[in-house]
Amino acid sequence: MKYVLTLVCLLAAAVVRAQEQVEMADTMRAEGKIYVIVGIVLIVLAGMLVYLFMLDRKLSNLEKERGNRTS
Amino acid sequence: MKLWMKVTAVVLLVYTHTAGLLFDVPRLPILNETIRALYFHVPMWFGMILLYGMSIYYAIRYLRNPLEEYDIRSVEFAHVGTAFGILGMLTGMLWARYTWGAFWHGDPKQNGAAITLLVYLAYFVLRGSLENQEQRARLSAVYNLFAFAAMIPLIFIIPRMQSSMHPGSGGNPGFNAYDLDASMRIVFYPAVAGWFLIGYWIATLRVRVRKLLLIDTAS
Repeated sequence: MKYVLTLVCLLAAAVVRAQEQVEMADTMRAEGKIYVIVGIVLIVLAGMLVYLFMLDRKLSNLEKERGNRTS
Repeated sequence: MKLWMKVTAVVLLVYTHTAGLLFDVPRLPILNETIRALYFHVPMWFGMILLYGMSIYYAIRYLRNPLEEYDIRSVEFAHVGTAFGILGMLTGMLWARYTWGAFWHGDPKQNGAAITLLVYLAYFVLRGSLENQEQRARLSAVYNLFAFAAMIPLIFIIPRMQSSMHPGSGGNPGFNAYDLDASMRIVFYPAVAGWFLIGYWIATLRVRVRKLLLIDTAS
């Protein structure tokens, strides 16, 4: 009887632990608002990358200009 | 730098910024949703180490064959690497504030990373204090070897020998602690590759600016 009771207690503890959910931003995900954040982050990232491409091209033009002058 | 490398960097970063926010992550207490910071914080450090690796590579090439080109490449990779390290430090401090309770804990990993950054800052101080180009290039190339050699125990070995809260330290191997289902690797590794490519790109831009300035002073 004692062993059965111990077993039941252990099982109950296991069940309780499984139900204990770690808090995450589930509501925000359910409402779809996470996509707003994804959108904003991607816009900022895209802006930075476009800027980098433009810098790169500007530098290429400068190099071309210098190359012509020295030759 | 080839165009396909830049496009790859863009694709990888767009992917990791989307997947990093949307994909499922392990539900762990204390970390909660901040576990996603791994996708953005750790690639800064991996990027820094890889960029410092490029820097020491060109330092060695300079010592074998003293061309100014190698010196310029070495210093610019170290420069971008340090920028990545500072970002890694700031993101880590913010993350620590919400998981460890304070911005700065004096954790072995934090201290080691801070000392590494100071070692590399001294590299720029050394360069700034020498007028002669050849002397500056040779001395800083030698210092670069010591800086990289100092970084390895500071970041990888000492934190593992002490008790550190940082994952991958205090005897914990890698970041297996919260990487049980490997679902995070498919976002994390592309993030490292993407950020490294961006750092590489910025470094090449800076090298090209330096070379333009050299032509300017020569003519």
